[in-house]
Amino acid sequence: MTERENTAADGPDQEDEEVRRGQEERLRKVWAAPKGWRYWSAVNNTEVGIWYTAAAFGFMLFAGVLALTMRVQLAVPENDFLTATFYNQVYTLHGTVMMFLFAVPIFEAVAIILLPEMLGARDLPFPRLSAFGFWCFMIGGVFVAGSIFFDAAPNAGWFMYPPLTTDERYTPGYGPDIWLLGLSFIEIASLAAAVELIVGTLKCRPPGMRLNLMPLYAWYVLVVAGMILFAFPPLIAGDILFELERMFDWPFFDPSRGGDPVLWQHLFWIFGHPEVYIVFLPAIALVAMIVPTFAQRPILGYSWIVLAAVGTGFISFGLWVHHMYTTGLPAISLGFFSAASEAVAIPTGVQIFVFLATLLTGRVIFSVPMLFVAGALATFVIGGLTGVMVALAPFDWQAHDTYFVVAHLHYVLIGGMLFPLMAGVYYYWPIIGARKLSDRLGRIAFWLMFVGFNVAFLPMHWAGLMGMPRRVWTYPEALGVGISNLVSSVGAFVFASGVLVIVWDVIRPRSREPYAKRNPWTAGTLEWLARMPSESWGVRSVPIISSRYPLWEQPNFVDDVDKGRFYLPDAEEMKRETLVTTVLDGKPLHCLRVPGPSFMPMIAAIMTGAVFIFATFHWWTLTITAMVLSIASIIIWLWRGTAQIPEKAEKDVGLGLKLPLYKSGPDSIGWWAMFITMTGDATAFVGLIFGYFYFFTIHADFPPPTAVGPGVFWPSIALLLFASAWTAALFARILNRAGRVGPARGLMAAGSVASLAASATLLWGPFTNGLDPSAHVYPATVWVLAIWTAVHGGVGGLMLGYCLARSYADRMTPEYDIDISNVALYWHFAGGTALVTVATLAYFPMLM
Amino acid sequence: MKKFRTSRTFPAIFALSACEGPQSAFDAAGAEAARVLTLFWVMLIGAVAIWAVVVAIGYYATKTRPGQHSEKAGLRLIIWGGCVFPTVVLAMLLFWGLRMMPDLRPPGDGPTIAVSGERFWWRVAYGVEGEPGVVRNLPIGGVPSANEIWIPLGKRTEILLGSPDVIHSFWVPPLAGKMDAIPGRVNRLILEPTEVGVFNGACAEFCGTAHAQMGFRVVVVPETEFTEYVRAQAQPAAVPESEGLDLFIRNGCAACHAIRGTPPDGVVGPDLTHLASRRTIGAGIVPTTVENIADFVASPDHFKPGIEMPAFGMLPKDEIAQIAAWLGSLE
Repeated sequence: MTERENTAADGPDQEDEEVRRGQEERLRKVWAAPKGWRYWSAVNNTEVGIWYTAAAFGFMLFAGVLALTMRVQLAVPENDFLTATFYNQVYTLHGTVMMFLFAVPIFEAVAIILLPEMLGARDLPFPRLSAFGFWCFMIGGVFVAGSIFFDAAPNAGWFMYPPLTTDERYTPGYGPDIWLLGLSFIEIASLAAAVELIVGTLKCRPPGMRLNLMPLYAWYVLVVAGMILFAFPPLIAGDILFELERMFDWPFFDPSRGGDPVLWQHLFWIFGHPEVYIVFLPAIALVAMIVPTFAQRPILGYSWIVLAAVGTGFISFGLWVHHMYTTGLPAISLGFFSAASEAVAIPTGVQIFVFLATLLTGRVIFSVPMLFVAGALATFVIGGLTGVMVALAPFDWQAHDTYFVVAHLHYVLIGGMLFPLMAGVYYYWPIIGARKLSDRLGRIAFWLMFVGFNVAFLPMHWAGLMGMPRRVWTYPEALGVGISNLVSSVGAFVFASGVLVIVWDVIRPRSREPYAKRNPWTAGTLEWLARMPSESWGVRSVPIISSRYPLWEQPNFVDDVDKGRFYLPDAEEMKRETLVTTVLDGKPLHCLRVPGPSFMPMIAAIMTGAVFIFATFHWWTLTITAMVLSIASIIIWLWRGTAQIPEKAEKDVGLGLKLPLYKSGPDSIGWWAMFITMTGDATAFVGLIFGYFYFFTIHADFPPPTAVGPGVFWPSIALLLFASAWTAALFARILNRAGRVGPARGLMAAGSVASLAASATLLWGPFTNGLDPSAHVYPATVWVLAIWTAVHGGVGGLMLGYCLARSYADRMTPEYDIDISNVALYWHFAGGTALVTVATLAYFPMLM
Repeated sequence: MKKFRTSRTFPAIFALSACEGPQSAFDAAGAEAARVLTLFWVMLIGAVAIWAVVVAIGYYATKTRPGQHSEKAGLRLIIWGGCVFPTVVLAMLLFWGLRMMPDLRPPGDGPTIAVSGERFWWRVAYGVEGEPGVVRNLPIGGVPSANEIWIPLGKRTEILLGSPDVIHSFWVPPLAGKMDAIPGRVNRLILEPTEVGVFNGACAEFCGTAHAQMGFRVVVVPETEFTEYVRAQAQPAAVPESEGLDLFIRNGCAACHAIRGTPPDGVVGPDLTHLASRRTIGAGIVPTTVENIADFVASPDHFKPGIEMPAFGMLPKDEIAQIAAWLGSLE
């Protein structure tokens, strides 16, 4: 058998065609997608990435149709094509779907397809997590988007300002609940993708690819996924407060009981402004891959553009108040945020000029992707310049909430995101479809879209300053914007026809056309190693990288990869494998067995989705049942699919390199995933703490002098118990590693019990003191922090119990200890959360 | 489908829409609006120039051959074009833009008028006392009115903004930028008109179904005329006894509307004491005529879908006509 040959000291003879054919057969078989109905259990990045992309585009077309109905309604003044109530649902859903179901997910979707190819990895580190994220997205998306067919869609704008949205008197029905719960669910999917992509970029690069050799796309993925990690959690914190107010009347945003509607605006825009860059940067990343190819030279100013991308990411977190210039904030804040908002134009300018300089020094080939890039730059610069205008508070007082802003944001998003994305579709289609898209249709589509877009949106700047507010379902003739709106509507339809041309180009049957030649654009980066049609295994062998454009700069590179002269040319144990390397300099660390097809991610997503959907309709029994089932399905998934003990300690991955098959601690991907997830979790917690201290700053007395708090006694006991559980988790890891399995098991059991007791004690404080969360914002804030921390205690207890069971089942041993190693890491965060919660709730008021 | 239902009376009623004054930021007639308009034109010219240069560089970049420009020249382009130039231009713009801010909204030297955004109209009170601060509702008192705000020419009138329900935004583009009316807060805005005339305002923050039709008028008059107007508004109703009033009371209108000098004293809806003196009804929707009042009472949601006022179309036509005739006489 070939298996024996492979384990031979010299390794297989890669020059022997017979050997290579055997390897390819095995690789193909291992990585093949399941057939028939089981196809939907696939988890490989190529399948999941394509589903994800297709679904996101589907939602875009849906939201586009909504936009067209709005343009019909607004084409003439005083029109009654749509009713006011329906129009309000349409515009809300248009914004919501475009933002949450297209712009952000498409980044994740495209990155799932492209990132492994660009990094010469066989797959992302957590394929089943990708699949889980996709199914969450699909279920949540259909739920939110479908609501309009039942006349039940959210109807108060995509940023859902309370009290309009939190009070059922103003927004009866389920609309805001669907928005809140549906999108919270999708936010979870986004966070899952962010974890996946960060770990993928940091740990799954090919040997030799130091950080400064990474393709620019990977840099942008890293920046954007990091931004998601810090931007989405404050919104999740806001969502929690929001839904508690709407469902249970906890008055976080009700001024009559100490709340403040402006708190939501802070939490929303702390998310919402980075969101704009979360949408924009991945598209610029595509441009950063396309421009060098069509200039036929490496990017000029690599470090400049990387620095600019990172800088944009950072600055974008300091701008949120520019969405709130008219809320009556003090002039000093307006000045500060005006300056910060202008500052973000500088790194953006650097990125644009890096492209211009690259084109200037290269030989430019004008194909369809390049045409879209050119259109993108011309359009985006207009959006950027109007952005500079509205960043200035005095002008924004006029432009805010008018069609000027509608025009501005569409110039930014369509110029900065949609056009680059279309460039990406034309550029990368051969990797997916093995054929180029039509050059002729591409040009037609581009000109229809470019002209249609400008005809539609340029007049809106004028309409806005003429006095047309946004979110109006109609306008009086005397406002004098009838003609300009008619022109906008015509432009919108021209634009839409361009989109349709692309849709046709993508779906038209083309089986008679020959396959494209390999690397059809003569690009220099790893993803163009793909064969036409591409193989599901990704790269034939995982290469050693010593250049940013290996296909251009490393001699005999493609042949070496194809002949399997690098790492992992075979799948001799019939397992899906990829390499894990060090974060900074890409040294091989271990060989990762990635899991194959499974229905568990889909089942877990369905169960989790059911929790959110049932909660929307207040079906509490069903909600709790679904919650139990969802936890059970996740445990089954983890139990059967993760931290599996390999049949041997290490294997020869080629070129005489032996790597371990199992690693725990900071060398393992699981540890990084836990670390990153908990960083996001801690950010959400900081959002809730921000709420507490926000009320402290706006009220002269907070906590109110007459209010009864949770006391000091019970929270202190709870903190003691949390600390015990934390210590138990830590020492369980240490003792288990030292081979003292018995005491380690004892500590796991004790820690599990202690953490459950800690949670109960923490809740007992406010309960026994009779804190009524609907009476005032103070008890509501106490309760929400206590519950958040108690849930973390509960999950921590469950995790320790899980480790105990793994240990008894011999799935976790002193040598193979990923489970307890990651749980101990979880407990550092959970312990910290408990400490901050108790300090805030019990000790901080004593300082007053 | 129900959603796409059409109403035949709808366009006909709409055609009556009143929109007499300008609502455009281009027709600046106030101190703030004029300065911001200048700022806009300067920024627009700068933006067009910058855009043209960037596009020209882009076009030129695609036409050159490799070797024509060194990498060093390319890096210089990145540093100067992407970094130095924007930094300098933005610093200058910020200096100018932020320096004008303290002057734009200085303390008032004219009357203080409380304006409360309510779904979906504007409660107005002249001559209120009190400072803006964190209070739930606006200072009560003063001379009540609705949807039409008179202010004196050449004075800095202070508008105190609040809301009892949801967030609204007060915007009169020809006079000044907008300011939100937020429950639990009182915001202030300065209007300093430089021309007499009638100006249109609108709600700029989405506040529910009838958001698009939550307009108002600002009437700028010389100071003496303003004083006279407020004195007239403070008077009780001109026609304190009529069949219309009796019907008004009998049909429950008084639960929401007040008419000073007569029994109706509801506070939910607009004060109608001097309804006929106002240019429009329904928050800037249609001109005040007896016919429009009658139609409005019969089916307010045809004028303004989502309005909180119930329809009174079930009343006999002649009763509505009598109520309308009486309301139309309340100058």
